[in-house]
Amino acid sequence: MKYITLFIIIFVLWLLMTYNLETPNLIVGAVVALITSLVFGKGFLQDSKKFFQPQRYFWIIVYLFIFIWECIKANFDVAYRVLSPSMPIKPGIVKVKTTLKTDIGKTFLANSITMTPGTITVDIIDDEFYVHWIYVSSKDPKEYTNKILGRFEKYLKRIFE
Amino acid sequence: MSDTISLIFIIIGVVFDLFGCIGLIRLPDVYNRLQSATKSVTLGTCSILFGLFIKYGFSAIGMKALIAIPLLFFASTVAAHALIRGSYKFGIKLWDKTVIDDYKDVQK
Repeated sequence: MKYITLFIIIFVLWLLMTYNLETPNLIVGAVVALITSLVFGKGFLQDSKKFFQPQRYFWIIVYLFIFIWECIKANFDVAYRVLSPSMPIKPGIVKVKTTLKTDIGKTFLANSITMTPGTITVDIIDDEFYVHWIYVSSKDPKEYTNKILGRFEKYLKRIFE
Repeated sequence: MSDTISLIFIIIGVVFDLFGCIGLIRLPDVYNRLQSATKSVTLGTCSILFGLFIKYGFSAIGMKALIAIPLLFFASTVAAHALIRGSYKFGIKLWDKTVIDDYKDVQK
């Protein structure tokens, strides 16, 4: 089942990328998608049933808007720190705990952290994220966990779990 | 009209790319430089690609530009993660004024 899902995704991606519906192109796309899905299918989602639940797509769209907004804020934040003459940075690596269980959820959370204001995920060990933060604004674990993860965790939980 | 909008997006993108490059020079260590390299440069480049998509619409060029955006997003976040973890494991020191380092404890 997960091989078929992966095949469809790759094939659609191929069609969008080449933007051409002639027969030779379709055949080449199908062959390439088949080989790729056979090679990488093993590492794909454990549970591809989740692909066919429409409420998850609704939350993906909500999440996308929140993510883009945070991303734009992140850029202004970094631009301000870079351009101001005194360079207001106070870097450090902090440890935060997540409640997400699935691997794909953690991956998305780590990527989201990397794209948001002043934070980059350094490592994930079990359910602990090590995050490099350009401006450590508080020393209280609860407060910074909420600051770093709080915006995304609840949406990712609805999308992936 | 769409030419003007696409031009605005491309100009915003170039300005953010420039900020990212200034950050690469000004910030003190590898870790902080990666911050500016991933954020500003990714959004800047995505904005340029989106401007391109608005200019060409749903054609071969426009669709390629649109698909490049998520690919760039994932590639740059994963690359930043790999680089920052690699440089820590390699033993590059954090900046002198770093206030906290929780990652040190799990290295042993």
